[in-house]
Amino acid sequence: MSEQIFHDHSSDLAYRAGWLSRRVVIYGILILWTAICLFPIYWTLTTSFKLAPDVMKGNMVPWWDYTPKWRGWKSLGLSPDTIGTESTVRAEFLKRFANSAITAVGASTLAVVLGSMVAYGLSRFRYRFGFMRNPDISFFFLSQLILPPVVLALPFLVLYRQLDLLDTRIGLILLYTLTVLPIVIWIMRDQFQSIPVELEEAALVDGLSIWGAFITIVIPIALPGMVASFILSLVLTWNEYFFAALLTSTDAKTLPVMVASQTGSQGINWWSMAALSASAILPLIVIGIVLERYIIKGMASGAVK
Amino acid sequence: MSSQGDLLHVVTLDRITPRRVMLGKVLIWGSTLLMGIVFLVLGLAEYDVISLETTNWRAGLYAYLVWATCICVAQVVLRGEQGKRTLFVLPATLFVVAMVIFPLLFAVTIALSDWNLSSPDGRQFNGLDNFRQMWADPFYWNALKNMVWYTLAIAVEYAIAFGLALILASEIRARKFFRVAFLMPLMLSPVAVSWMVGKSMLEIRFGPLARLARWLGWDNPSFFSSPEMARFIIMVMDAWTFIPFMMIMILAGLQAIPREVQEAARVDGASPWRNFWEVTFPLMLPVSITAILIRIIFKLKLADIIINVTSGGPGGATDSVTSFIFREYRDRSNVGYGTLLAMVYLVLIVVAITVFMKLVDRWMNPRYLK
Repeated sequence: MSEQIFHDHSSDLAYRAGWLSRRVVIYGILILWTAICLFPIYWTLTTSFKLAPDVMKGNMVPWWDYTPKWRGWKSLGLSPDTIGTESTVRAEFLKRFANSAITAVGASTLAVVLGSMVAYGLSRFRYRFGFMRNPDISFFFLSQLILPPVVLALPFLVLYRQLDLLDTRIGLILLYTLTVLPIVIWIMRDQFQSIPVELEEAALVDGLSIWGAFITIVIPIALPGMVASFILSLVLTWNEYFFAALLTSTDAKTLPVMVASQTGSQGINWWSMAALSASAILPLIVIGIVLERYIIKGMASGAVK
Repeated sequence: MSSQGDLLHVVTLDRITPRRVMLGKVLIWGSTLLMGIVFLVLGLAEYDVISLETTNWRAGLYAYLVWATCICVAQVVLRGEQGKRTLFVLPATLFVVAMVIFPLLFAVTIALSDWNLSSPDGRQFNGLDNFRQMWADPFYWNALKNMVWYTLAIAVEYAIAFGLALILASEIRARKFFRVAFLMPLMLSPVAVSWMVGKSMLEIRFGPLARLARWLGWDNPSFFSSPEMARFIIMVMDAWTFIPFMMIMILAGLQAIPREVQEAARVDGASPWRNFWEVTFPLMLPVSITAILIRIIFKLKLADIIINVTSGGPGGATDSVTSFIFREYRDRSNVGYGTLLAMVYLVLIVVAITVFMKLVDRWMNPRYLK
């Protein structure tokens, strides 16, 4: 037996042990938080395939402690055996889904168009509307963010009743555009300020008009920012509940309102509620996974200067 | 926020003929006159001076649209290139004025009246009666007090978000996976969350969280019976959806810090702890303030989860101002009182946020001389 001659210095050993334990703690926190974030989604998705006894017994893992059944999706008319047949529930669901999609996409598009124009104008030209200069105009638009929806809700209820816009998609689109407009302007202003002004100067020298330069030169460059603000608006408007609950009743009711009304009336009909919730959140989960880059970009801009 | 990018300076030669000026003025005054006439007719019809077939104000909306279009066109006709620049900002301005300024003015008149939408009397002006009623309404004050609690919870959310952002910014594997996973709660609609978490996972008999609580030794878990607990659960659910938002803003800020600064601190022998408090944290202050401010603004709108999970109960312990007004309208359809409550809330918010920003400004400026 030969004696080991070279030893690691005790401080090095301590360092490595410290490094290892720190790694364990960090990954422990990461995994714990991932579980916190994803478990409710997992729970909803699996519950939509459960039967009542499975829910009562608290079975969690499909195929291991319970067999998935299409029961929940069947009640929505979306299971494989009902998909071909007539279903009033499905028709209702699809109508709500379409309402949500149309209002969200419509409002986001309108907000991005209006907001980009404002942001570009404010980042390139000097304005004077009476006493208002550029910073005042910026503040005028951005301050709308502070306005809580409840302040506008009841006046709009009365106004829309007078204008016969209650329970219409166009009414919701207008209101949603208003709520996301400041966010779009905020993101886009940042975006346009990072584009060098020489580009447009060159375009103007080459004979384009201001609007020509804006549409053919600036917009293609600012497109990632526009996508980011569009996605962010889409998320906010798709999930909006408060205005939709107040201003719509039958025709223009959106998906969140439908989900909310189900919880009230039917008691706990777990599987169908789970299926409904799952289908309400699925589009955004897909968007979140596929377009995560843009969402993060949108939220990060403005934060960092 | 107030920084201004490079301005585009264009010199243009505009020859605006007198006929164009005429045309522009005709457009503006003509459309204004048209709108005035439409509103006058509608107003007269409203008070039964003249009778019209339709009883709604839709025509007024169309008149406003025509007027707005004419104003925009007239800008170009009257002022040429200068007008084309105005055209970038004008449509959105007209939109916001129509959608915010006008309804706000309208809201003031509603707030000063007793207006029950379901009663046939219509609007009755009642001066400051609503205000007196508010002053004596314990539930409104309670809701305001709850809002203070909810807002204070942001401090904890901020700490968690900062911790997560620090971990995400450090050297870890599968960063993209964790980032997507952490982002997920933000994508979910509050209504779905209130069912998924509030109604099913917290279900007392067989919700998984109730099971967990029982396993941890809480014999009779009840999440919504005591006021403190219910408020706490609402805070947790709201935090769950919005922590990703703060986390991502802070993460962006962390990644924008130049590496050299932290390396220099390490070379100078700073421990990680001191490195964080004396280098990272001060550098992150501006981003943190922005994140917290936006978070406060979102928090002040908190309603969806409360409406759907507890509808304010038990005994108004979880009410936010928004959910309280929502129920006030749902139960009594009293538009006047609800609007007054909302207006008071708006004034309080504006005052509070102005004070907050002034304090932050005063606190930041000695250290960061501009």
